[in-house]
Amino acid sequence: MGGLQKKKFESGAVTNYITRNKARKKLSLSLPDFRRLCILKGIYPHEPKHKKKVNKGSTAPRTFYLLKDIRFLMHEPIVGKFRAYKIFVRKLRKAYAKAQWSDVERIRENKPGYKLDHIIKERYPSFIDALRDLDDALSMCFLFSTFARTGKCHVQTIQLCRRLSVEWMNYVVASRSLRKVFLSIKGIYYQAEVLGQTVTWLVPYQFAHDHPTDVDYRVMATFTEFYTTLLGFVNFRLYQSLNLLYPPKLDSKAETELKAAGEEDYAMDSESYLEKLSALSASLARVISTAEEEEAEPDHFPAEGEDLERMEEREKAQKEQEAQKRLFEGLKFFLTREVPRESLAFLIRCFGGQVSWDKSLCIGSTYDVTDETITHQIVDRPSIEKQYINRYYIQPQWVYDCINAKILLPVEDYFLGVTLPPHLSPFVEEKEGDYVPPEKLKLMALQRGEQPEQEDEEEDDDEEEEVDDDDDDDEEEEEDDEEAEEEELADEANLKKMEQQRSQGKALSVKVTPGKVKAENRLRTEEEEKAEEKRLAIMMMKKKEKYLYDKIMFGKKRKVREANKLAAKRKAHDEAGKADKKKKKAKKQ
Amino acid sequence: MSKAKDKSSKKRNIEEDEEQLPIFDNNNKNAGALDNDEGDSDVSDSEESVFSGLEDSGSDSDDDDDDDDDDVEEEDADEDLDNEDANVKANGQSSGDAETTERPSDDVSKPKHDEKSSKGKRMKKKERKKERGEGEEKEKSDGDAGLKVLAQVDEYEHDTSDEEDIRNTVGNIPMEWYKDYPHVGYNLDGKKIFKPIRNKDELDEFLDKMENPDYWRTVQDKMTGTDIRLSDEQVDLVHRLQEGKFGDVNFNEYEPAVDFFSNEVMIHPVTNRPMDKRSFIPSLIEKEKVSKLVHAIKMGWIKPRKPKETEPQYYDLWAKEDPDAILGRHKMHVPAPKMRLPGHEESYNPPPEYLLSEEERLAWEQQDPEERKLNFLPQKYPCLRAVPAFSRFIHERFERCLDLYLCPRQRKMRVNVNPEDLIPKLPKPKDLQPFPTTQSLVYLGHTSLVRCISVSPTGQWLVSGSDDSTVRFWEVGTGRCVKTLEVGGAVKSVAWNPNPAVCLVAVSFEGTVLLVNPGLGDKLVCSATDQLISSYEPPVEQREQPVQWNEAESREQELGHRLVLQHPKAVKQVTWHGKGDYLACVMPDNSSHLQVVIHQVSKRRTQNPFRKNKGLVQCVSFHPVRPYFFVATQRYVRVYNLIKQELTKKLMANCKWISSMAIHPGGDNLICGSYDCRLTWFDLDLATKPYKVLRHHKKALRGVAYHKNYPLFASGSDDGSVIVCHGMVYNDLLQNPLIVPVKVLKGHTITHDLGVLDVTFHPTQPWVFSSGADGTVRLFT
Repeated sequence: MGGLQKKKFESGAVTNYITRNKARKKLSLSLPDFRRLCILKGIYPHEPKHKKKVNKGSTAPRTFYLLKDIRFLMHEPIVGKFRAYKIFVRKLRKAYAKAQWSDVERIRENKPGYKLDHIIKERYPSFIDALRDLDDALSMCFLFSTFARTGKCHVQTIQLCRRLSVEWMNYVVASRSLRKVFLSIKGIYYQAEVLGQTVTWLVPYQFAHDHPTDVDYRVMATFTEFYTTLLGFVNFRLYQSLNLLYPPKLDSKAETELKAAGEEDYAMDSESYLEKLSALSASLARVISTAEEEEAEPDHFPAEGEDLERMEEREKAQKEQEAQKRLFEGLKFFLTREVPRESLAFLIRCFGGQVSWDKSLCIGSTYDVTDETITHQIVDRPSIEKQYINRYYIQPQWVYDCINAKILLPVEDYFLGVTLPPHLSPFVEEKEGDYVPPEKLKLMALQRGEQPEQEDEEEDDDEEEEVDDDDDDDEEEEEDDEEAEEEELADEANLKKMEQQRSQGKALSVKVTPGKVKAENRLRTEEEEKAEEKRLAIMMMKKKEKYLYDKIMFGKKRKVREANKLAAKRKAHDEAGKADKKKKKAKKQ
Repeated sequence: MSKAKDKSSKKRNIEEDEEQLPIFDNNNKNAGALDNDEGDSDVSDSEESVFSGLEDSGSDSDDDDDDDDDDVEEEDADEDLDNEDANVKANGQSSGDAETTERPSDDVSKPKHDEKSSKGKRMKKKERKKERGEGEEKEKSDGDAGLKVLAQVDEYEHDTSDEEDIRNTVGNIPMEWYKDYPHVGYNLDGKKIFKPIRNKDELDEFLDKMENPDYWRTVQDKMTGTDIRLSDEQVDLVHRLQEGKFGDVNFNEYEPAVDFFSNEVMIHPVTNRPMDKRSFIPSLIEKEKVSKLVHAIKMGWIKPRKPKETEPQYYDLWAKEDPDAILGRHKMHVPAPKMRLPGHEESYNPPPEYLLSEEERLAWEQQDPEERKLNFLPQKYPCLRAVPAFSRFIHERFERCLDLYLCPRQRKMRVNVNPEDLIPKLPKPKDLQPFPTTQSLVYLGHTSLVRCISVSPTGQWLVSGSDDSTVRFWEVGTGRCVKTLEVGGAVKSVAWNPNPAVCLVAVSFEGTVLLVNPGLGDKLVCSATDQLISSYEPPVEQREQPVQWNEAESREQELGHRLVLQHPKAVKQVTWHGKGDYLACVMPDNSSHLQVVIHQVSKRRTQNPFRKNKGLVQCVSFHPVRPYFFVATQRYVRVYNLIKQELTKKLMANCKWISSMAIHPGGDNLICGSYDCRLTWFDLDLATKPYKVLRHHKKALRGVAYHKNYPLFASGSDDGSVIVCHGMVYNDLLQNPLIVPVKVLKGHTITHDLGVLDVTFHPTQPWVFSSGADGTVRLFT
């Protein structure tokens, strides 16, 4: 009737999205530049609800960005810098080709650079936002700091990453904010709580990397570029919050102490300083040097009811935390050569312990092996020749397990040459119905303050455990039994009667047995009724809901199945172990 | 160049002041000599070069340079000798003079160095020129220069001779213009210059040719018109030129090349040119420029370039956190999800149950990397020292990077549903009692599957028909088989007459429908029934009927058989009308319209209500109160009005194959059981679509039934269960029927994949009977 025919794909969802290629053209950037821009600005693609509509009827796989996002990118000053850089490269190449070396030098000098400060501020308007997003930044920086200084990326980047990661570790030490640590096969996970935010990062083991070929290092480098900037600003702010100098300086006292040792080994002063910092053995200089930190006591507000409870809980948690922070206080550790020095030094310092190592291992050692006051020596070899009586020789896992358990665990399980107890992940929080490994149960008992009776003999302990287990089983069964008991009694009586009857009237081949009166167990019947009710109600569910319900139940069942499987595996393993032990015993005898 | 000329002119003056002639002489003498290492010749060279540069003008001005350059080295080397010679020759000249000669030669060398590049080429040209100039052959190197001087002398001679010869005063014009004239131009006196008289004709020409021995070397000079006889040398030259040789006989084309400008550094300057003044006086212009810069720096206009910052500068970025900085974008922003935290299995020393067993490991290896639940193999190391580097560390970080910038992010509302909430809240079955709950009686006796059962309207008797071709009558209360009837085939259907005043049971097997009076219950009723049947009087006009009505034979009469109806096809189902007079039979057949017949027992009449075949009829049923007739085909249930003889409704069952059907005693609701496990409830007042579809059974439904008084219905299925549902129909039309399953009754065992084949309710009690493939009939109360 009226007007022009409406064209397809000109209104609606289409107008909100733009394909990657179009976006790239709109910004007149090359694909790598566009990628970098997206990484730096944190722009990610969006999946439209109706892909076909947005894709103008085609079903080809395309990446879509929000048009708003792309418009937002257009105002980014860095886009201009990208273009300038392109021109710079072109000029440089030309000068090179013409062998105009003075020009090359001049062009080099005027290399356009850009800063990411404004982007950081824009992406993380508040400091807490930045902290929340620190996980990847830290993991990346720690990874890059372990790269060899050849190829793959700029040496400056590696140095910067190293510097920032050392700064971060120093901050964590100074603020004692480390909470959990986990030795995984991938690397070491650390979790710290910084200003109420949990920050988790992964540090690879100290080995040379086998650089894979199917990894685009440019992407990684762009991320690192952003992350180093972010981490730098975060570090600055964190140091400021602790009244520490930034860039970090060693305590003057420590500095003089350290100066004596191993200064001449380093060609460059700056290098040795970073090394000293990374040794983590000395405290940092403060802006206003205070002898002792005052502990800020939280004010007590009168509270009622639930609030009071919650307050109490909070206080309790806080106390626990304080205790954890002082976990290693008063202990003196010595690290031997084969243990991961940086990780252990970091941990021990984080929890208030004193740590040192062999002078030849690293700069910054504070005392010698021969020091009589050393309480723990961390060793990771089967045996050691010269042992001092007044110290424990333990394997490194003890430190990690102690931190996760928040208590000093008995050292016996971690002595030299002893088979270590399993190392559990502190990040797993078991919910009801999940499988809990028995070690965790034991640990939880220890945490509650229950004294384990395992001190005397291991085997006894095992047996006891067994008994415990059995008891548990029995208990479960008992419940059932109780219900069944009455029934059984009645049944037994009936049976007796029947037997009597049988004995009396053996002659009759066909007989009428009197109907048994089953004593009904009310509880059971009630339960059964309920179960049936539920079953019947489930039958009446709508199709959609039934589907959802089935799915949920399937998931639950799978969980249970997995837990059962793990439990069964454990049981089989324990039994096998026990059998072995018995065999050994038999052999001995 | 001009400077150089100036210099050389100066020099020439000086040299001319000195004795010039002896030098020339010297040169001439030496010209022929091949060996010219002597200082003299060198001296002459240097001198000559200057000289020759002088006399040339314009385009030839660089000739001298070339010549000089030839011997730059020698010249330099022998400078001292040169001077000495000069001194000797000067005989009494003052030493100061000698010095003056020395300096220019130094200076000259300078510009020459500059022009080295172009010299090589020019050299040859010049040489050729010279040779053209004269036929004389000269030696190379210094000899050349000497030649040149000589050539100049000759030239003058030639010139004079030329002037004499050329009497032509017309200039350089084509001589054809004077072709028709006797003269060629004019002499100085204005007299005509006449051409030589040429009156030679062909003959003269010929004679001349024959007689004159020099004829072949005689050429006519076009300028003057005279004949010239070429000399021997000239002829020679012509010959050589014709052969493409150099005109000069002595010219050696293949001279050994002499590298004039070698890479060897010369210790002496090429030229003797004195230093410029400006080379030792500071430049004014530069001074001016520098002073300007100094001034600018003083004034602070020019600042030194800042050293580039290589270290990134950090400061308190979040010093003032203003809420305005939070853009609208941030509300839309979806923060990237954090990495999953590791579980026990990732530990370097996990509890033993987390390690994969051999089969699990193999399964893990065979899975696609995307499908794996864990992206690593859990491993146990005895100590921390033994833990190797994780080979996929960089990969994983890279994948995380890719996820961060390539993965679309979406806020997905995770429905955290408590599964308990999904279960509908239904009234408790307890509150809906009474309904059958337990199996109380099993009627044993049949040896094959019991296809059908029916209860007497009093509820005291039960009849069942089985595949073992027997019909058994049971007493409901005791489970006793009262009577057994042998019939001639597997019993497909039995139906007790619903009229309590009549005791009649319809039994169908194969193509036969038997009407049996079992003789159970009230004797009066039985006899009344017999009377009713026997009181039939055949009408006067015997109409043709599709079914044969026969009275049972006397022997069979004793067993209870009363009437035998022979159908053309196998009868699948028989059903009575509520009044007990009409009986409908179903003979399923896809190809005929004779599928349903309705018999009137009292009149022994049969009619086929349908003229058309509307599909395979599964079952039929009468409406309990109104004159409606329900016919269920595979997918539809058609409701016919028997009085108006028309289709009133067609219900779509939404299932593949209807197996059974039952009508609510109120008449407004209908249930259909189907082979695809569904039970559909229709509300006839509402749509033709089912009001509710129940999928309670796991297998095909075989029978459905309504209770007459209680709001109950039951369905029996191949899965061996009977499900009793509470199906309350309210009188208030606005209220929807309430359907609640109340009990699943199990008892029948499944044989040959068949479970329950028929269900029926007790007419008064909330009891349900079911017959199964296991040959039993069970009563649930």
